Amino acid sequence: MPGMGGRMSTVIKAKINKLLDRAEDPSETLEYSYQKQMELLQNVKKGIADVVTSKKRLQLQQQKLEQQVVKLDTQARQALSQGREDLARTALERKQFAQGELQSLDQQVAELESQQASLIEKEQKLRTKIDQFRTKKEVIKAQYSAAEASVKISEAASGVGEEMADVGMAMQRALDKTEDMRARANAMDELEAAGAFDDQLSLSAGQDDIDRELHQLTSQSAVDQDLERLRAELGSGEPPQQSLEAGEPEREREA
Amino acid sequence: MIVRIATESQYRMPEDDADALNDLDNEAVAAVEAGDEDRFHEVFEQMLELVRRAGEPLGDDELEESDVILPPPDISFVEAAAEFTGEGLIPD
Repeated sequence: MPGMGGRMSTVIKAKINKLLDRAEDPSETLEYSYQKQMELLQNVKKGIADVVTSKKRLQLQQQKLEQQVVKLDTQARQALSQGREDLARTALERKQFAQGELQSLDQQVAELESQQASLIEKEQKLRTKIDQFRTKKEVIKAQYSAAEASVKISEAASGVGEEMADVGMAMQRALDKTEDMRARANAMDELEAAGAFDDQLSLSAGQDDIDRELHQLTSQSAVDQDLERLRAELGSGEPPQQSLEAGEPEREREA
Repeated sequence: MIVRIATESQYRMPEDDADALNDLDNEAVAAVEAGDEDRFHEVFEQMLELVRRAGEPLGDDELEESDVILPPPDISFVEAAAEFTGEGLIPD
């Protein structure tokens, strides 16, 4: 290109040409590119399916986290109403963490959405170009001498080849990003499996789970209420023990 | 001239814009060589903007080879640097 000596674009173009130079004989180019075209279309379809799978997985994590946020909020309220500010604080800290994760998941899902849309668009574009190439090839063979046809078909093949290289690059980049997200999703699943988000397991050593403590508090206060009722029935008039103090030895024994 | 923005589309551009594009291209390389990430992204954005504004997207049924190919719009500075020193986006 006269007047176009920009190094960046030149480097990229030179590299793409190198990819395309592998099939130099135009008659071979025809067969080679047709086969390659079909292979690539299959690969793009597979690439799109990969992106969709990753997206669905992230969406599932989103749902779980959303439920977790609601649950932790309820727990915090419950804990506070029981006078357990420490427990409420732990629940709210976990809620903050879950919300942070949710935010980054939202971004990732949005990015996968746009990658999916762009790959679908590129796949359709490539399909159109391939159809065009097949039609054009026949027209050229019918209209030109063998030598001329070779040159013209080769030119058209270069146009398709460049598009193929470009779709390949787009797909590779989309898959690389999807791979990063998948690694992140795996890490989150592992966290979950390790109990970070799990109700029944403790968050870290020595720290009782919020649910269990709350359950203890609730059952403790039910017992207290029962005791209170009994005392009232017996007319002893003795004031009921404070529920938190009553719950203390129980937790220590379990810990 | 026909310009491709990698992973995006091909555009048909007036020859008159070649010099402006060329200058920006060289500036982008200079920014990469100077290790100036902000400047690189700034210049590269200008290039993309110029092509999208001045260029007409090619029809899906056109089988044209590009005269110029720009890197993908989401290229990172690390990738851009690798383009000139290492294997870059497309392995040698």
